[in-house]
Amino acid sequence: MSALTALARVSAVSSGVAQRIATVRHVHLSDRPLVFIPLALAGEANAPLAALVGSSFDSPQLLVVLQPRNRDERFAFAARLAAVFLSYVDSFRGETETVPAGRNTDPRERYVDAPQILVPNGGGVGFVRLLGRSTRFRRTEGEYAVEPSVPLLGRWLTFFAERAEYPGSSLLLNMTGALGMHWATGQSAVEDANLAALVGWIDPPDGMTGADAALEAEDPLTWPPAGPATDPTFDNEILAPAIEAGSLSRLESALRRQLEPTWELMWRGVSLLRNLPPGARVERRWAEDRDAFTGYASYVDEGGYPQARRDGAVAAAQRLARLERAQVLYDAQRAYDDPLILAEYRLTGEAFAGTVTASAPDRIDDSGKRRVLRPRVTVSSSDPVRFEPGVSVVSPARPSQTGRVVSVSPLPSGFEVVLELSGGMGRGLTAPPGSVPEVGERLTYTTLTESYQAPAAFPAREETPWTHGGPPVEYVPDDDDAVEEWS
Amino acid sequence: MTSPERLRGAAAPKSHNARTIAALTTNPGCSRRAVMDAAGIDKERLAAYVGFPARFGQSQFAITRGNVFEAQLKADGCAELLRLLREVLGLPIPQVSYDDLESVDQLDARADRSRELLTRAAGGESGTLFDHPLLRLEVGGRWVYLEPDLIALQFGGTFYVVEIKSFAVIDGQADGTKVSAAATQAAVYVLALRRLLAEAGHDPGLVSHEVVLVCPENFSNRPVATLVDVRKKLSVLERQLARMARIDPILESLSPDLTFDLRPDSSGVPQRPVAELVDGLGQIDARYSPECLANCELAFFCRHEARGTTASLGKSVREELGGVPSVDLALSLASGAVAPADDQEEAAAMLRFAAQLRSECLS
Ligand code: SF4
Repeated sequence: MSALTALARVSAVSSGVAQRIATVRHVHLSDRPLVFIPLALAGEANAPLAALVGSSFDSPQLLVVLQPRNRDERFAFAARLAAVFLSYVDSFRGETETVPAGRNTDPRERYVDAPQILVPNGGGVGFVRLLGRSTRFRRTEGEYAVEPSVPLLGRWLTFFAERAEYPGSSLLLNMTGALGMHWATGQSAVEDANLAALVGWIDPPDGMTGADAALEAEDPLTWPPAGPATDPTFDNEILAPAIEAGSLSRLESALRRQLEPTWELMWRGVSLLRNLPPGARVERRWAEDRDAFTGYASYVDEGGYPQARRDGAVAAAQRLARLERAQVLYDAQRAYDDPLILAEYRLTGEAFAGTVTASAPDRIDDSGKRRVLRPRVTVSSSDPVRFEPGVSVVSPARPSQTGRVVSVSPLPSGFEVVLELSGGMGRGLTAPPGSVPEVGERLTYTTLTESYQAPAAFPAREETPWTHGGPPVEYVPDDDDAVEEWS
Repeated sequence: MTSPERLRGAAAPKSHNARTIAALTTNPGCSRRAVMDAAGIDKERLAAYVGFPARFGQSQFAITRGNVFEAQLKADGCAELLRLLREVLGLPIPQVSYDDLESVDQLDARADRSRELLTRAAGGESGTLFDHPLLRLEVGGRWVYLEPDLIALQFGGTFYVVEIKSFAVIDGQADGTKVSAAATQAAVYVLALRRLLAEAGHDPGLVSHEVVLVCPENFSNRPVATLVDVRKKLSVLERQLARMARIDPILESLSPDLTFDLRPDSSGVPQRPVAELVDGLGQIDARYSPECLANCELAFFCRHEARGTTASLGKSVREELGGVPSVDLALSLASGAVAPADDQEEAAAMLRFAAQLRSECLS
């Protein structure tokens, strides 16, 4: 929570409708996402009860488990889900593009599009992760054999769930999270976890305030929970008798009624997000997602093992470091794409905006061995500038150019900052037109950087120190994994 | 000055259990809750009567699953549980005997019998499993009965509280909120058992600050036991219980004729005008935060009352707004419509800058 978001929340209270906290969309949104709303049976470890799934609003598919405690029925559910899910995933394995070689990479092929799974909330992501965990190690022959699609589904679900932890990835999104990134409501984060209430604040029905709509959304009779947990009263009064009666049609109609309102909300969420223009760097992150998708698809094709139950010490540390770097980069990218996010950094003194009042685009620094082009600009800002001389800053308007703070001096109101620029001006001793800010231009400078950071060095897998358990054995699923109870 | 009895009126005091006692620790700063709980007022009934019913339903599927799991562990004289405890606590095999205290009917008799057996065990050597002993704890000046799932005694004299829960531990990980709630409940039992031993002249330190949490493993019904350190929970709990024992200063500030008696008629239907009760609730300071929604039966009432406060949007919202308590004031300071008080200068400057940034970026 930043102060800007906090202010947006109080504004939402007084205006009666959610307030924007982003000027652009920061997630990728597929033209054909797969909306997946799972329900689990209360009290059990992720026992599927039902799901509504599909990639277009008009054709949701309802999957129901008649006896949620029956193991065979659970696997039958997984097989039916696999049919929908895997054919959706496969439909993106058509056209590829060639990505040219990079500094440390060979040229590679990449699918031009990738699947995108949308679930209602964080619990939905957890469901995907656990369903993946409970199916990916299953055997397709011998005792306890399951349909071949079941372990394959498990691996893909696990792939999506792991990707969801990666900052900036859009392969698996949860709707409350995605909406909450772009709008602040007049209620608390706890209440925002209710998708119906959140959408009620963002897009209240005619004649209602967001607060009214959210209050109404809390009634589980009108707006059943978006899962995976069900409403206890529904469980006791409707679900239990229907399971008892063993009537599929009765169960289906009861569960459909629980799921349909959320289905509608999910697609309303999709269109709310679609109405926002995408940020400039969204496409770049989606390309990374497409890379990850392409890589995993070929790993599966080559017969790679399912993901381990737990990472070894080195792999876990590597993963953590990777996530941290991705987070830093993602924060910077959003700020570069969106002046409202950048404004949060202005508020905390990590950025300032101002107008160029003087510019020396041809300034040469000849103090060193080589004469170099080092233009200077003076920026006058009314922000409270808190930078010391020597600090490096970048403006999102010219991301490849760095400014070194030469001096900061107070003005009657605000500050005057002198910056010395390098980079982004070609190789010569004259700056190409437009590469140096001109007098009158309004700019924001920040210490946030989206430049490449070298990954931390980790010992190779086989050199894992004994303090961290020594080299891990390759994770090969064994009999126990394959026959693990699911009761 | 009023009294807890007067506040409660003619209704029987609402009994506490480990779950409700554990819930006390979630908003220790709230006087309203402290008074209600100390007086044994039925908050759930009160909330429903004044038009803000709580929603703490439990699914029968969850209840069934919990019962089945516990029964499975305790079948054949706790055979399965013993195997687990031997592993995790190193209980020696021959010494374990088993006392089922649930069979004793009368509450008091059961509590007495439990005390007798537990204190005797504290002096002796024998390893024993106590099933459903009944403990007592003083809460807000009244004794409440508590029923742990089990207390195990290790060879060598340390007592361990065993808590059985039916949420799954998957690949060594479980839902953090659930683990924390289970640990708080177990801490209530640890505290009650320590006090029981202390009263009988034994060292309360005989009760371990580690509790044994038994849960199903992965997706199976196979149990797995984990030791959980509850020291932090214990200190929070003790602080809150001490606070409830000292509610006199709060009571002193209340009007002597304040009562939450619902005045049921002869068929038990409350007759008390709702407005009087609402007014009464308003006389006791609350400290609503969104966390109340998961923990207190009065949450919807208090939320309604707290509309327009920044705290009702979350503690972090209030903090980010520089501690400004109301939505209107925050907006007025941000727009400059209101001049800040001396201690609000800094917050106001920040709010004005924030408002300027928002309008600059959104125009
Ligand atoms: S809901 Fe009300 S009474 Fe309960 S803890 Fe919160 S503020 Fe106090």
